[in-house]
Amino acid sequence: MAESTDTPRLGQRLRIERVSELWLRMAGYFAIALFALIVLTLVHRSLPLLSEYSVVQMLTSTDWDPSQNSFGFLPAIVGTVYVAVLSMLMGTPIAILTAIYIAEYAEGRMKTLVSSFIDVLAAIPSVIFGLVALVVVVPLVGDYLAPLFGASATGLGILTVSLVMAIVVTPFMISLSVESLEALPDELRETSLGVGATKWETIRSVLLRAAGPGIFSAVLLGFGRVFGATIVPAMLIGGQTQIPDSLFATGQTLPTLIVSDFGELMSIPITQSALIFVGLMLVVVVWIFNFGAMLLQRRLRRRWQY
Amino acid sequence: MDRYAKQRAFGVLARAAAGLVVFVMAVVIGVTIFRGGRVLLADPSIVVSPPGSRYALEGTGGFFHAVLGSAFIVGPATLVSMILAISTATYLQSDYSSERFSDAVNMFLNVLWATPPIVYGVFVLTIVIAVGARTSLFFGIIAIAVFQYPIMTRYIDEALRSAPDTVRESTYGLGATRFETAKMTARAALPGIVAGVIMGFARGIGDAATVLFTAGRSTNMPNGLFEPATTLPVLIFDNSMSFNEEVRAHAYAASFVLIVVVLGLIVVSRLLAGRFAQYVPGGRHA
Repeated sequence: MAESTDTPRLGQRLRIERVSELWLRMAGYFAIALFALIVLTLVHRSLPLLSEYSVVQMLTSTDWDPSQNSFGFLPAIVGTVYVAVLSMLMGTPIAILTAIYIAEYAEGRMKTLVSSFIDVLAAIPSVIFGLVALVVVVPLVGDYLAPLFGASATGLGILTVSLVMAIVVTPFMISLSVESLEALPDELRETSLGVGATKWETIRSVLLRAAGPGIFSAVLLGFGRVFGATIVPAMLIGGQTQIPDSLFATGQTLPTLIVSDFGELMSIPITQSALIFVGLMLVVVVWIFNFGAMLLQRRLRRRWQY
Repeated sequence: MDRYAKQRAFGVLARAAAGLVVFVMAVVIGVTIFRGGRVLLADPSIVVSPPGSRYALEGTGGFFHAVLGSAFIVGPATLVSMILAISTATYLQSDYSSERFSDAVNMFLNVLWATPPIVYGVFVLTIVIAVGARTSLFFGIIAIAVFQYPIMTRYIDEALRSAPDTVRESTYGLGATRFETAKMTARAALPGIVAGVIMGFARGIGDAATVLFTAGRSTNMPNGLFEPATTLPVLIFDNSMSFNEEVRAHAYAASFVLIVVVLGLIVVSRLLAGRFAQYVPGGRHA
């Protein structure tokens, strides 16, 4: 009979409902389970190192030589902070200005064009940025910028990485900032212009202040991205574990420490543990920044009720 | 400076910043296409020829192993990740879970999204070591799937949320079960779901840090699920630091292939979204 093949009987439908509910519930908890599993694995695997060496001593020592069992993380920490701060200093003003252009100035086709261009760029693999930088940014820094400051450099180093990371992270910060600017109610603009403010005054004193938490959270997320970036620094930083003494010096960041030492040294348990501890440090810092960004966005959302 | 001059100066500044961003990005794409295109035009066969025995040293043969490796790793990973992501996103809808629960899970997904890819690589590698296996195609798939999962789930969740409520109300009104309603909601949100899956695929195919230690960085053709493999981004990364000119040239050719794939995926996702939208209630009519 057609009826029984086209529409399954109620009992069968309810069985499907129960089975699917079970599966979906499991999938729903999967995100939390995955998070917990990553944290537990990293902590568990870092314990051999933490039980043998003092954390404070490792974080403040400059001596990194895994083959001699000395694990000083300071050079890599300093390198990572340099790179993250420098790229933020270069990328943030440009990102905010571009976001203002897209949200407040551009119209019609131009707006679609520029913003879809930026979406596309956010999707370009970072290894391609690194490769292009090898032929564009490295000679620029090594042959022109460094001699200008009287430094001799190959072009691989902190400044190069920062420049390239600023480029990598800018589209990401732009789209987040555009989102928070565009979410602002139009009454804000109308009121401000209505009392005689110019467009620039409206943007500066009203819109930027209103969207402030959202833009700031975009910057925090960008900072987290640069902090955990691996491939671009690994290609461009030069890979010497030392505290960089100038912008043109080579160095190491926390992720590149993992890349440069994991291959040959992962068979030694204590080194393996040290590198997993680096991973743990990375996620803790990135998660703190992310959490801050989330709180800011929540506040913004409550203030404007969207 | 009076306030109108300030206003003009600022407008110029904002336009200049946008122009700079667009210019820099045009340089990135342009350099990739020109340098890679030159290598490919000289010898297009390197994309489909297997690597020779001295590939890493002299660039004999081509990088077909990385093309296949990318396909064999990212394809299955996207499939696994997609099934999980659609299930999770469905569970986060109001029919199944409370607002509070889905807020909490979304927080975890955000944090996972922001986790540096290298951490996923290290995480999967510790599993490899724990089970006493060696790095292989299989663990590359797991690493990429884990990496894609939060990205896809966030996109799909967003898509399901924006599906019109009338779909849900009318299916319930006809006496459907929750699962049947969820299927209809998913159908209504199809453009967003497809776009999310494609975006996840694009991110997965471009990432090097997750597969750097998990897939094995081999310079042979992938010949088994538990054999080492490599992907295009890893090949680009390795080749870019070679001393051999020929090997480095392959990095540019490979990045040409990669950028064409990624840009193509984005265009396809936009086109599909536009095409699908006309079949969706409330969607725009193309």
